[in-house]
Amino acid sequence: MPKLLSVLAVLAALLLAPSLVPGAAAQAAEAVEAELDKRVQRVTEELRCVVCQNQTIADSHAELAVRLKKQVRTMLAQGMSERQAVDFMVQRYGDFVLYRPPLKGSTWLLWFGPFLLLLSGLALLFFKLRAIQSGPGADVEVRP
Amino acid sequence: MKPYLRPRYLLPLGIFAALLVFLGAGLRLKPQEVPSPFIGKPAPAFTLTRLEQEQQTFSPRDMLGKVWVFNVWASWCTSCRAEHPVLLAFAKSSATPVIGLNYMDAREEGRQWLDKFGNPYQLSVFDADGKVGTDYGVYGVPETFVIDKQGVVRLKLTGPVTPAVVKDSLLPLIEELNRA
Repeated sequence: MPKLLSVLAVLAALLLAPSLVPGAAAQAAEAVEAELDKRVQRVTEELRCVVCQNQTIADSHAELAVRLKKQVRTMLAQGMSERQAVDFMVQRYGDFVLYRPPLKGSTWLLWFGPFLLLLSGLALLFFKLRAIQSGPGADVEVRP
Repeated sequence: MKPYLRPRYLLPLGIFAALLVFLGAGLRLKPQEVPSPFIGKPAPAFTLTRLEQEQQTFSPRDMLGKVWVFNVWASWCTSCRAEHPVLLAFAKSSATPVIGLNYMDAREEGRQWLDKFGNPYQLSVFDADGKVGTDYGVYGVPETFVIDKQGVVRLKLTGPVTPAVVKDSLLPLIEELNRA
């Protein structure tokens, strides 16, 4: 008997549930929108506003940026992948539209240059210090 | 050796000179002029209505076999006003057709602008929402493209066309492409 009652209770709950949550369809649509917003954000954060140049399309209020952001949104809603949306823009505006410069042969110096400079600076320091330590002035004591 | 000519004193000077060279090179760069990825590639296809005659359309393939200039303009663009006399002079003196892309404009305003300031274009196409412009990587107005007989983009200029640009860039290139 208790088992039958619990089954009936579950059935009743399932039947009543939709009427207890009338905005379910609207909530589902909102969730889809929110997901689309997130995807648009991810894509537009990777794209440079070619007019302002140091901002992403996500941040820029330039007319072109607003328009391209809308276009990205439409393309993603139509089923394009994030990768495809980014490639769409690169095809038309070139590598410069990527906010993070791609790691290519031509950008090696851009990406690794600072580290190379740092390393060579440290190396210079190291050899200089060693030269001082074992050099002619090495045994001189500093007056305390 | 004179003390001030010893390498250890010349090295910082040498490094400074190298930095000056880099600074000089860097100052000459123009980041506002985003290079077009279409140079050497076919001009993106499109079909748009003509500005003047709505019922007629135009496509880049209509121009195959000819070298032509594709100029992006709009009635709301002040720089376009500045370059307009240059385009008018160019159209008058050259056999090269200039096709206009009326970008993100209102049809009536575009037409009136041409009536008022002169029409250097063989025809203009109407790109109300800027989609074709985006397809060409247009990010500002005016911009000018030179397209060769095979429909390949050869040059993209951003900003107003000046007489110097016509003389140094456009005319030599068009002559070269016409010979091909």
